[in-house]
Amino acid sequence: MNRIITDICIVGAGPVGLFAVFEAGLLKMRCHVVDALPAVGGQLSEIYPKKPIYDIPGFPEILAGDLIKNLEKQIAPFHPTFTLGERVEHLNKQEDGSFIVSTVDGTEIACKVVVIAGGLGSFEPRKPAIENLEKYEGKGVTYMVRDPEHFRDKRVVLAGGGDSALDWAIYLSGLCKELTLVHRGTTFRGAPESAEKVVTLAEEAQIKLLLKSNVTEVHGEENLEKVTVLIDNATPHEIEADYFIPLFGLVPKLGPLENWGLELEKNAILVNTEDYSTNIPGVYAIGDINTYPGKLKLILCGFHEAALMAQSAYNILNPGKKFVLKYTTVNGIQELQA
Amino acid sequence: MTDTINIYVEQDNGERIALEAPTDMGLSVMEVLKANEFDVQAVCGGMAICATCHVEVLQSGELPEMNDDEAYMLETLPHATESSRLSCQLRVNPELDGLVVRIMPEA
Repeated sequence: MNRIITDICIVGAGPVGLFAVFEAGLLKMRCHVVDALPAVGGQLSEIYPKKPIYDIPGFPEILAGDLIKNLEKQIAPFHPTFTLGERVEHLNKQEDGSFIVSTVDGTEIACKVVVIAGGLGSFEPRKPAIENLEKYEGKGVTYMVRDPEHFRDKRVVLAGGGDSALDWAIYLSGLCKELTLVHRGTTFRGAPESAEKVVTLAEEAQIKLLLKSNVTEVHGEENLEKVTVLIDNATPHEIEADYFIPLFGLVPKLGPLENWGLELEKNAILVNTEDYSTNIPGVYAIGDINTYPGKLKLILCGFHEAALMAQSAYNILNPGKKFVLKYTTVNGIQELQA
Repeated sequence: MTDTINIYVEQDNGERIALEAPTDMGLSVMEVLKANEFDVQAVCGGMAICATCHVEVLQSGELPEMNDDEAYMLETLPHATESSRLSCQLRVNPELDGLVVRIMPEA
């Protein structure tokens, strides 16, 4: 098991999480940053790296990807450490008031302060509204294809019309005993070559393609046994199936953070604007993931929140010591030992 | 004021709530819905990547063409209809006057 000991565990490596390393570093607090994505930058790297941002003070225009590069350079003197590609799962408060944050892959981060800078949250599969669907999760219903071999010689029903539905339909058609693709529309907007390939495979009877159709029911004793498909909003049709894989894209969700005992409002974490602390002492939330009266989801607001959070976290890490604001123009940047 | 339009939100009971929306502020319909305290999450803030501002257009004049991002997103949704749009992609302009939408539940 991988165990990391640090002062502050920052959940989320987007611009605000990265800048929090800087503000903490100025006060000589060490940071470890965890992110579910394999690279730093959050949505700036993942979704719009080439888009210009116009409201970063001092930068008339900067590409999102360049802002992240600059932030990485800015925090380098403080030698933050990273766990990337692992989603945080649990928060455990210890008797001495410190925390252990653990990830889905078992990494444990022991820290005195937790800063949630999780942005939109983590991207989770979008689940269709089908009664009892969750009852069969892990018993035939799955929202992603991790190991295609798992489906060899099985009867599989895929639902969805996006690229991932098309791609997996093509891939699994050569593997499954029986593959049905259920799509709400009559056409596919995905990559044209994938759409064409699916139509060809359907003509060759390698895929059973049901257009203008929706899966409306799932059935089975213990495990999934069959699904009901409504064709053209008229004819219900039962299909025997070992697996049902709805592929309706991803939606940003708070995910495991929902179970941390944090006070939430409309999918965001409620904070006190004095220092962006949450209802759990020692846990802060900054950036797009928090909410408070007057909240604006702007990177520059997240930067401000990071600065105020850091001075409050300082008091937790240095009880009894008086916080003195030091200007970088006076003191420069004092590197932390690696 | 001449530069406001009316947008209507149809409730489950069929009642239509009228909203005034200024056309000169570059707002999207999503932003108008949020400003009027409708339960629209709009998690991603208008980048067409979360679909938590999904609406069904019940009545409208000429609507702007969908861009690829919006079309792909709607394509992946399990419960989208022929008249589904992402309200974050609909700019408030005079042509939108009289628009009637229904806020779609999050899947």
